[in-house]
Amino acid sequence: MSSKVPSHKPLVWLPFAAGGMFAALLLPVAILLTTGLILPDATSYEAAHAFASNWLGKLVLFGFVLLPVWHAAHRLRVTAYDFGVRADSLVAWIVYPGAALLSVLAVVFLLQI
Amino acid sequence: MTVQNRQIEVLRYDPERDETPRFETFTVPCKEEWVVLDALTYIKDELDPSLTFRWSCHMAVCGSCGMQVDNKPTLSCKAFVRDYGEKIRVEPLANFPIERDLVISQDDFMEKLQRGRPWIIPEQKREVEDGPYVQTPMQLDDIKEHTMCINCLLCYAACPVYALERDFVGPAALTLMYRYNADSRDAGWDERREVFAGHGGVWECSFVGACSDVCPKHVEPATAIQKGKMDSAVDYFTRFLMPGGGK
Repeated sequence: MSSKVPSHKPLVWLPFAAGGMFAALLLPVAILLTTGLILPDATSYEAAHAFASNWLGKLVLFGFVLLPVWHAAHRLRVTAYDFGVRADSLVAWIVYPGAALLSVLAVVFLLQI
Repeated sequence: MTVQNRQIEVLRYDPERDETPRFETFTVPCKEEWVVLDALTYIKDELDPSLTFRWSCHMAVCGSCGMQVDNKPTLSCKAFVRDYGEKIRVEPLANFPIERDLVISQDDFMEKLQRGRPWIIPEQKREVEDGPYVQTPMQLDDIKEHTMCINCLLCYAACPVYALERDFVGPAALTLMYRYNADSRDAGWDERREVFAGHGGVWECSFVGACSDVCPKHVEPATAIQKGKMDSAVDYFTRFLMPGGGK
């Protein structure tokens, strides 16, 4: 490698960026679907259960939790810094493990279906 | 021609006499078509010749006359007095040390700008007889908006990250670095990497977007920095994951 790697921020930023797009474009649709106001047949309990029983469905639902949660974690950290909270490492140690915990819980619940 | 008296409240600071900056208010008979810079010129010509401020072109090209007008970073040559109230507060650009009155020290920005190597670093240097480095209109379009910067520093005065983080390279310098990185004639990515993507680089930006809001030339620094983050992320993973470091 010609020069040293200057920053490892891409590791947290890429999921953050992907999560931002997810949260802005797809999450509102997903939330709207859960209300049953649109496509009531496709979002009935039976249909949703069948979707979540399928491996591909589980993967999609996991994506819907993982990316926005990771986005929220990083955004909270950055916003805290913008508001003058200087304990950046402490904030990072709260928000990222928090996101990891929620992601693990998502896996646990999805596997129970 | 309508003339209206306005109170121009100016921040004054003389490092040889003043302990701290103070405000001084002048009553200025402003013509309708005047900008804030005209009012300041009137004060200097007619009321107090010691008032110090930078200006040059009076047409939003030189980038010298940036100030806080009613607490917002603004080119004073572009700020019509008629768009403000009867009382207008004029201060030096925020986030910079004051040298005198409305003049700030640009040293920090100049040093960062130079570190960013904002010039074309070609893959292969051409001699004069080889002719110019050519570029298609489409290649120019990719970067054109980011080339319009006049170094007026309004974006630094508006940036909440620069206010808190003095090591942050900042909007204008990072935008220029992005502009050269993305230039089809340039091959300087490796040389700029450490400043661009290292400590104080694009990753410090929290994408508030205030830089793009105040930019008088629509350079869109926030967009350039976001695109720079994506390029840096791709660079990071390419170097780690690809055999031979992606080069």
